[in-house]
Amino acid sequence: MEKPFRRRDLLGIRGLSAAEIKGILDTAENFCEISTREVKKVPALRGKTVINLFFEASTRTRTSFELAAKRLSADAVNISVSSSSVTKGETLLDTAMNLDAMAPDCIVVRHSSAGVPHQLAKVSKAAIVNAGDGANEHPTQALLDAMTIREHKKTIAGLSVAIVGDILHSRVARSNIHLLTKLGANVRVAGPRTLVPDDFQYLVDHDLQVCPHIEDAIVGADVVMILRIQRERQDAAYFPSLREYAIHYGLTNERLDLAKKDAIVLHPGPMNRGIEISSDVADSSRSLILDQVKYGVAVRMAVLYLATGGSTIS
Amino acid sequence: MGDHINLVEKSRIMDATAMKRAISRLSSEIVEKNHGAADLYLVGIRRRGVPLADRMAAEIEHLEGVRPLSGILDITLYRDDLSTVGASPIVNRTELDHDIEGKTIVLVDDVLYTGRTIRAALDQLMDFGRPKKVQLAVLIDRGREHRELPIQADFIGKLVPTKQTEIVKVMLREFDDVEAVGIFERPVE
Repeated sequence: MEKPFRRRDLLGIRGLSAAEIKGILDTAENFCEISTREVKKVPALRGKTVINLFFEASTRTRTSFELAAKRLSADAVNISVSSSSVTKGETLLDTAMNLDAMAPDCIVVRHSSAGVPHQLAKVSKAAIVNAGDGANEHPTQALLDAMTIREHKKTIAGLSVAIVGDILHSRVARSNIHLLTKLGANVRVAGPRTLVPDDFQYLVDHDLQVCPHIEDAIVGADVVMILRIQRERQDAAYFPSLREYAIHYGLTNERLDLAKKDAIVLHPGPMNRGIEISSDVADSSRSLILDQVKYGVAVRMAVLYLATGGSTIS
Repeated sequence: MGDHINLVEKSRIMDATAMKRAISRLSSEIVEKNHGAADLYLVGIRRRGVPLADRMAAEIEHLEGVRPLSGILDITLYRDDLSTVGASPIVNRTELDHDIEGKTIVLVDDVLYTGRTIRAALDQLMDFGRPKKVQLAVLIDRGREHRELPIQADFIGKLVPTKQTEIVKVMLREFDDVEAVGIFERPVE
């Protein structure tokens, strides 16, 4: 018997089983149709309150969660760090407990420190959904990536997926590595040695190939996932210059030709055109970046629905 | 619905032949009442309303020479018991690929009991537009005394007065081993 996803919190992909992940994806597929309606709203979460607590800048993810909540008829409140009491010296847990006293049903949290959602889950009565914690996890991004792959490749098991770029600092990469290996994909990671430590092969129990060159990862791949170069971390000199990065690790049409003919390209956004991905590739029909954004809303609707009481099996 | 409990079948009220006849009569009545199949849009309610709507569409095509539009409603997200403790229904896909504006919608379900499913279906339907008319066709009507909302069917396969403790199961070959309608009860402890 398949285990249902009926967890209160979604803190990461790491703790989920393959069956639970599939259950969330199946549910999300059924939520897609709602966003195509004239009236893009269903009454499922009427009377529920969702708080988007974002300690880090975000446009796409926050908007996506907000739309997801609103399309389910929940009341969504957005709190960003610049307007919160944190700037007045309040601790994280005090902020959480104060929000909790207002009886929200779900708190969606993003923070630059790993483990913050896990801490909140311990003190809060609301369901906690991780919208990105430091370099740890970004579970809904991995789920929407998986959904995009499934829509185009039908299944994830057996696919070769190349993840290229700043793996070290990327929560997107970690969540994706967990999810894709759990579902049976063959995952290869590549990037500058400083940003792809060999230790990464021990991140998961499954095989994870660490490739020294981008070409090794891309050859024969079904999916090429490009990560954003986090310019804000440039001071640490992980590589000499953006220009050099573009030359050695940027995804160009030429490099993409090494992948399978029907390979698809994913990028979690925001893109640095001409650095990690060339404009030719980004605007080509193989790039599914806007599909990812579209499925993001459906995935978050499914996650909010499941976190506040829904189930993936009867 | 309740498939996991060991229910005892008290009586069989329809066999495959009787169901076929009832579906065929319902289809004729739908065409007769609407003076043909123009603007007809059959919408099955998941799960068991879906194959019933399909069969009626085929029957109407046989009678009129044109197949009416058909679609599927999944009412999970419109249920009125979603927020109560213990409710954890799975969400399935709604498929209304054609515009419902100006159409005569015939909602199709297997059993009409409290009327709450139909209320949810009506609410969802209105979110898709403004149909000209909405009618309701059910294979089994368990009787008005069970209704918790002012909802009645326009087309009824069989009226089966039942007790509240009884469960009416429509079994269809798409989901079940047999094709029949039976009255079941929970075994006495």
